[in-house]
Amino acid sequence: MTKASIELSCANKSFQGRKVLEDITMRLTQGEITTLVGPNGAGKSTLLKVMLGLIKLDSGILKKSSDLRVGYMPQKIMISPVLPLTTLRFLQLGEPSVKKCIESLKLLEIEHITEVPVIALSGGEMQRALLARAILGNPNFLFLDEPVQGVDANGQNNLYQAINCISRRLGCGVLMVSHDLHIVMSSTDHVICLNQHICCSGQPEKVSKDPAYINIFGDITAPYAHKHDHQHSLNGDIVKTNSHKLEGSSSD
Amino acid sequence: MAGPLGCFVVWRRMSYIGDTLAHSALLGVSLGIFFNLDLNIATATVAIGIALFLGILGSRSHLSLDALLGILSHSTLALGLVIISFVEGMRVDIMSLLFGDILSVDAKDLLIIYSNAAIIFILLGFFWRSLLSITVSPEIAHVDGINVMAIRTTLMLMIASVIALAMKLVGILLITALLIIPAAAARNISRSPEKMAIYSTALGILSVLLGIAMSWAIDTPAGPSIILCSAVIFLILDCLCKNPVMRISS
Repeated sequence: MTKASIELSCANKSFQGRKVLEDITMRLTQGEITTLVGPNGAGKSTLLKVMLGLIKLDSGILKKSSDLRVGYMPQKIMISPVLPLTTLRFLQLGEPSVKKCIESLKLLEIEHITEVPVIALSGGEMQRALLARAILGNPNFLFLDEPVQGVDANGQNNLYQAINCISRRLGCGVLMVSHDLHIVMSSTDHVICLNQHICCSGQPEKVSKDPAYINIFGDITAPYAHKHDHQHSLNGDIVKTNSHKLEGSSSD
Repeated sequence: MAGPLGCFVVWRRMSYIGDTLAHSALLGVSLGIFFNLDLNIATATVAIGIALFLGILGSRSHLSLDALLGILSHSTLALGLVIISFVEGMRVDIMSLLFGDILSVDAKDLLIIYSNAAIIFILLGFFWRSLLSITVSPEIAHVDGINVMAIRTTLMLMIASVIALAMKLVGILLITALLIIPAAAARNISRSPEKMAIYSTALGILSVLLGIAMSWAIDTPAGPSIILCSAVIFLILDCLCKNPVMRISS
């Protein structure tokens, strides 16, 4: 069986004269989880949308294998509170079969919100509902734009585990955007550190020690510094159990 | 006919677009009078033209959509009024354009309205899921393989045609109200998009009937009476269902 893949070469994109993506070359293969990390404005979401065909490139080539079926989970969706829509109906927009929708909700352990209006969902439930929506078409590639945003630290780990589990079950490739390498570390195969261009990429352990990565995350994303090694104890106070373990393994 | 489309106007937060199309309809009327064309056709053509123009501009322009609509809306209204002032010989009742004159609707108009309604219901039925899908998230819809641009344009055209026709009924200034208020009122008693569409149609019809009855009984202008009735219905439903989402079960 051939594996579905997406290939991007020498991709460039600017918005109103400002370079957002510069000479990006990368390849994704079915069955692997790749995480995009980088500071705000690094072009992570843009890169994701380019690969989905939502944004057209200024230059560069996007090559998709013909058997590609994608599922997409956007950063957030804006549903008007005037639109009465239950979670089930939200999913049915992608797949009319109620049975398949329920299956998808079960996979994410959120059958209990089937009849709850979408606008009444909590942050974590919404993310899971979006993920459930993304996997409806039995995709072999999932594109997740900050899947854990608005989810508490403990929930983040659970959600990453769920993503892992789903990608193995469907045998699909995953490209996801994350702010924080340390939390995703144990649940990703590849990391691409992006700041307009690709700074470094590879195994998560390797990237976390790469000078280019340390340089970027030391300087630009000072607000995220609390998640770094040297402030371990502070993080340990706030976040218990799960992420504690992850932090420990990454100290150098 | 305005019911389901009104829902989309509310869901997509595009009430301003309704205003713009309504104002441009006045331009259509004046052009129609000026060049001696059939008014229905002139109005519909201009409204549809503006709708298409908006569809194209909306995705290209650097201006934000509300600024763009503000410019288009009022410049078409102004242009329409200026052109009308050039027409000397003919007495044009601007009041009837602005506030509608339901009694001026004749058999030919009725035929056009009914056939247009039939077409819109068919289109709505056919594209319902796609329409909802692009309303909830155009990006997911695109990834799912829906032609977002085409569906959005179809919706705009349907709204434009409804506005061009409803102008006779309630007038330019109040058309948007006829789209929005029944939909907003229906929200309180609806648990699904389909129910909201059906209820808003029913409430719209109810407002029209009550409005005409009121106009008949106490000799008020028909258009404003219709809108007033729909507003009252909205208020009643809103007060009855203080906590709409939680309390009403399907």
